[in-house]
Amino acid sequence: MATLDIQARSATTTPSPGVRQQLDVAKLIDISKCIGCKACQVACMEWNDLRDEVGHNTGSYQYPPDLNSKSWTLMRFYEVEPEPNRLEWLIRKDGCMHCVDPGCLAACPAPGAIVQYSNGIVDFNQDHCIGCGYCIAGCPFDIPRLAEIDQKAYKCTLCSDRISVGREPACVKTCPTGAITFGSKSDMLTHASTRVADLNSRGFQNAALYDPPGVGGTHVMYVLQHADRPELYGLPKDPTISPMVELWTGLAKPLAIATMAFVGFASLFHYVTKGPNSVSKEIEKEEEEKA
Amino acid sequence: MRRDHRDLVRYTASERVNHWIVGISFILLGMSGLALFHPAFFPFTLLFGGGTWTRILHPIFGVIMAVFFIIMVWRFAKHNLMHKLDWQWIGRVNEMIDGNDETMPVQGKYNGGQKLLFWLLLACMLLLIPSGILLWRAYFDFPVELVRVAAVVHSATAVVMICLIFVHIYAAIWVTGTVRAMWYGTVTRAWAKQHHRCWFEEVTKPRSDGPARR
Repeated sequence: MATLDIQARSATTTPSPGVRQQLDVAKLIDISKCIGCKACQVACMEWNDLRDEVGHNTGSYQYPPDLNSKSWTLMRFYEVEPEPNRLEWLIRKDGCMHCVDPGCLAACPAPGAIVQYSNGIVDFNQDHCIGCGYCIAGCPFDIPRLAEIDQKAYKCTLCSDRISVGREPACVKTCPTGAITFGSKSDMLTHASTRVADLNSRGFQNAALYDPPGVGGTHVMYVLQHADRPELYGLPKDPTISPMVELWTGLAKPLAIATMAFVGFASLFHYVTKGPNSVSKEIEKEEEEKA
Repeated sequence: MRRDHRDLVRYTASERVNHWIVGISFILLGMSGLALFHPAFFPFTLLFGGGTWTRILHPIFGVIMAVFFIIMVWRFAKHNLMHKLDWQWIGRVNEMIDGNDETMPVQGKYNGGQKLLFWLLLACMLLLIPSGILLWRAYFDFPVELVRVAAVVHSATAVVMICLIFVHIYAAIWVTGTVRAMWYGTVTRAWAKQHHRCWFEEVTKPRSDGPARR
């Protein structure tokens, strides 16, 4: 089946099939409503038919301890004191943020291994993945993971397969408290603003939406009680694609080609203009006479 | 095998084999590396059995090149020590580029340009090897900030090295009678006298204990 709604495609310098324009979608995760039940983790593995290996308790409810190639979403548990003597248990559903400006896609060297659909979903096509792990270096949120079994990169798909047939992501479907909602990005922004207003009125003056502009905004957004300190939730304060990655995937490429082409052509035209540097006839004759 | 007994031996068979191993692995590395660097070169992956094979093989070629490059450096370093005369030669390199090198300072086994290239290539390798290890996801997992810096260092250094090798290969082609030294190891006396007069005099001067060497 041809895909007609590709907005960006890794390692591709010409436009991809994109005549079909879809609505910008977004998932909104309201951390103030999350109870840490991990139903979303279960729904994710159910829908994607993945069974992570059973490991060990590391002294926290957080399990598995980190995202991996089979666990694409993870409840992260943080015990913090935003103010002295005020303990808060912050639980954040971690996973791909589906950046508008995806660092993974910029870094990926394999054509078509990472695509961004016109609805904003950033998806990995593992059959095109070569396993280099550049996406991991490109990602500002530390999301993609290489699988040991096949050396391919995996991450949350935002249930692109469900969304393409008009369903919401599995984690949204299962969330018992309505902490995860899904819809058009504009609807989610509206919904977020009502949630933020509610939290503000309840004493969380710093509650706000996390939709970081450094990566052009994201298609997975959070409502944070302490949006002034996203690091309390393990989120970067002002995520951007690293300047190193920008340099490597941006300026370096045309500059490298231009430099190599210049040296190559300069050599060729040097020969054409100057001719070969041959041994002079006189020296040749001197040596022949000695023989 | 020397068809002309007056030809001068410039490289032994083992030095030539060493150089060819480095040269071949460099070409394989350059092509597989460019394939992973810029989409314009991604078709090079077809030469290595696809994208995944390119990713698997590139660092292995790298290890081979690193080992043989280091052996080559160890063998040739003593001939490449830079002296004042070499810097004078480099200062007048425009005359060489113009093709008017007759009046330039006479040179030993290597001229200043060749020596400088030798050390620049070594510097490139000293940047490429550790940055390459940092990028080798199949076996290593380093902090992401380090990997990002390594990606920039590795690609930028590789481009510099590719350009230096272009110059190296072009110089060998441009100076007629040079490439044979890497094929079968000998050069003509006239070639040596014109381009590396000090070396020529050194290898042809009569020894005190016998007749002229070679």
